[in-house]
Amino acid sequence: MKKALVNLEHISKSYDGQLILDDLNLYIRENEFLTLLGPSGCGKTTTLRILGGFETPDAGKVYFDGVDITHLQPNKRQLNTVFQKYALFTHMNIAENIAFGLKIKNKSKAYIDDKIKYALKLVNLDGYEKRMPDSLSGGQQQRIAIARAIVNEPKLLLLDEPLGALDLKLRQDMQYELIRLKNELGITFIYVTHDQEEALTMSDTIVVMNQGYIQQIGTPEMIYNEPENAFVADFIGESNIISATMIQDRLVEILGTKFACVDEGFGNNTPVDVVIRPEDVELVDLADANAKYIIEGTVTHVIFKGVHYEMEVMANGFEWLVHSTGMFPVGTKVGIHVDPFNIQIMNKPESEDEEAVGVNE
Amino acid sequence: MIKTTAQKIYVALIFIFLYAPIFTLMVLSFNASKTRSKWGGFTIKWYKQLFQNEEIMEALWNTLLIAFLSALIATIIGTITCLAFNYLKKSNRAILLGMANIPMLNAEIVTGISLMLLFISLGIKFGFMTILLAHITFNIPYVILSVLPRMKQLNPSTYEAALDLGCNQWQAFFKVTFPDLLPGILSGFLMAFTMSLDDFVITHFTKGPGIDTLSTKIYTEVKKGIKPEMYSLSTIIFVAVLVLLLLVNYTPKDKKNK
Amino acid sequence: MNKKLLSAPFLFWSGLFIIVPLLMVFYYGLTDKTGAFTFENIAAISSPEHLKALWEAVKLSVLSTIICLILAYPLAMILCKSGSNKTSFMVLIFILPMWMNFLLRTFAWLTLLEKTGVINTLLKLVGLPTLNIINTPGAIVLGMVYNFLPFMVLPIYNVLIKIDKNVINAARDLGANPFQTFMKITLPLSVPGIISGITMVFVPALTTFIISTILGGSKILLIGNVIEQEFTQTGNWHLGSGLSIVLMMFIIFNMVISAVTDKDGEAQAL
Repeated sequence: MKKALVNLEHISKSYDGQLILDDLNLYIRENEFLTLLGPSGCGKTTTLRILGGFETPDAGKVYFDGVDITHLQPNKRQLNTVFQKYALFTHMNIAENIAFGLKIKNKSKAYIDDKIKYALKLVNLDGYEKRMPDSLSGGQQQRIAIARAIVNEPKLLLLDEPLGALDLKLRQDMQYELIRLKNELGITFIYVTHDQEEALTMSDTIVVMNQGYIQQIGTPEMIYNEPENAFVADFIGESNIISATMIQDRLVEILGTKFACVDEGFGNNTPVDVVIRPEDVELVDLADANAKYIIEGTVTHVIFKGVHYEMEVMANGFEWLVHSTGMFPVGTKVGIHVDPFNIQIMNKPESEDEEAVGVNE
Repeated sequence: MIKTTAQKIYVALIFIFLYAPIFTLMVLSFNASKTRSKWGGFTIKWYKQLFQNEEIMEALWNTLLIAFLSALIATIIGTITCLAFNYLKKSNRAILLGMANIPMLNAEIVTGISLMLLFISLGIKFGFMTILLAHITFNIPYVILSVLPRMKQLNPSTYEAALDLGCNQWQAFFKVTFPDLLPGILSGFLMAFTMSLDDFVITHFTKGPGIDTLSTKIYTEVKKGIKPEMYSLSTIIFVAVLVLLLLVNYTPKDKKNK
Repeated sequence: MNKKLLSAPFLFWSGLFIIVPLLMVFYYGLTDKTGAFTFENIAAISSPEHLKALWEAVKLSVLSTIICLILAYPLAMILCKSGSNKTSFMVLIFILPMWMNFLLRTFAWLTLLEKTGVINTLLKLVGLPTLNIINTPGAIVLGMVYNFLPFMVLPIYNVLIKIDKNVINAARDLGANPFQTFMKITLPLSVPGIISGITMVFVPALTTFIISTILGGSKILLIGNVIEQEFTQTGNWHLGSGLSIVLMMFIIFNMVISAVTDKDGEAQAL
């Protein structure tokens, strides 16, 4: 395992008496693409600003390469930020924008010119040196903001919702662009977004945050397939979250019917939440004599979504959300089957308030 | 919040600089001695005499009437000008803005004498009317500059939505566009009113004999010595406006936000 | 209804009350009493007394403009950083004094500055030497700074408040210290506000006759005083108009500069 580049230890921060981050602990490995994901107000941007040096935590320490940088000025840090809405200097042309950090460091003109050329090539905007930021499209400005940051050869690049202002198509293109950039540069990216699809596409590691707490840390696959609590399950993708009782190891009672599952160690007769992704709910034709199913239900809604049909099926008093390439018309009686390994069991939060329970690594 | 003590002291010093003369005038309004350089004890007699001084009362009436009428007419002309703005070609917009900028950027004395020359050659008798025309002229730009930013922010879809929902053009304007512009219109009116009230130079050149506003009355008194009643009048106006502003700014905001 | 027509009343009004009067100033300035064309009224600026009045006005107004800029910039920066109730506070500070007549406010400085005035009494009380600036150019500069300071603060404030905080952060992030950030980012971005402020202070200061009348005694004549006297006392409108044309050259120069640097009108003061 690669060593940790950044360590956040016991970080707390509040504004006007409102707690934004509460005892946050997080480490970021070298060369990792790590995404802080969560709804607005979850503390992800504050975390990034603490890393950038624009906020000082009320408590806790920030270590960068083993050195305490908690109180270091932003201009002394070996990292750079790509800001929301780009924050380009509108009174300077593109070349001057990119050269800004290098001129501050008194680099030679030849070195700076080389770097500008290299950076513009890297972001596919060769020849834009003399243009002014206002004359560029949003996507182009975005690339310049990235170029301006990376010419300084930071070990760590912080990106604060950099694609938020772009339209869908451009956003998707830029996602691939960012992955390519990261691979070419070989540096660490910390990326803040509220867009779960963006996070799943690009990240090596996703940190899901809510109300100042880390909810879950893991690879995109882990976060999607094995959410640790209802918040994560609900925030990442669509899902059926159902209150259930763990009868014993490998057996859970959902809506009065027993389902086989693969989880163990929850104890006997324990109340739990189960998560079943819509694409893992299989519908079978009751007329088919060989059909294997666990409960019966009636289709109540059907919507064509392009790749699949989205259906709602009323069964055991619960509207099951189902994604399937096959379609059953509204009113059809169907059987519902879920494979044991597609049932994800989660501990119930002890009370409503504790949905946002702190998860230390 | 202002951070350091040095910054607080700096702001405080500027504040004192701006308000020292005002405070001085307020103190003088209670001065029993008629000369301003000597303190002759506390009195409120100037406040009593103020209301019996017909000259001052008439100048006050002229000032307020001119300020109100010129602000009102300027607001109407300025607002409808802004309504046209979005439908104009770019070059015409520039001309329009340029015209509006002339009285703002030109010297007051030049505006004053140019209007004086105009009224003379048109043969208009100098008096209330000429002052009013002059004040409307320099007030329109303040209204335009205050309404135009709101006009630019205006979402044209809301007007179209109102038409779509069955309003005719007039209803759509008065129910949708006008309320959106209202804050700009009001602040434009207020700005115009204030500017008219405080104007001396242009009034000086466009007034005739026999009519005075407070400004021109004070100007003639500057040489002879200003009557203490004038201090009490301005104190009353100032305190009234201060109280009004504090009320507007510090009463809990109406949630409905009309 | 053609909505463009809504601009007609304004265009008519401006034509009649702004453009035509200005043309009349030019007409009077370029003719003599018989109506014949002449440059004499404009050339009259080179007479010693007029030149002195012009020079005095330029000198004092430039000085006041510089002082206003030096005082206003830090103030605008502090106000930008300060709390949430900005607009009402700005109104309170800068618009409120206008409700007390500007002649009276200027006149009040007499009471403060006189030999036996408030300030000197205070100075004597603490044993400091007294200030003797009434009826001097110093008093006029003070009056100009006092009256026109708000016109410098507001445009600078309006520009500063619109600078995206992240642009400042970006400069810091790229290695600039606070001083470098100010010199390379904040200051250049606020140039439109500074230019607009300079225009708004310089023009009224250059052309004032009232401040010099009240605070300068009758000793110091500015170009504004000369023009005012030509119109209200001597009655030589041709000469007065000629001198006004000279004055307008300065103003037009100023307008051009501010139009070039502030295309979007973002620094508008009010």
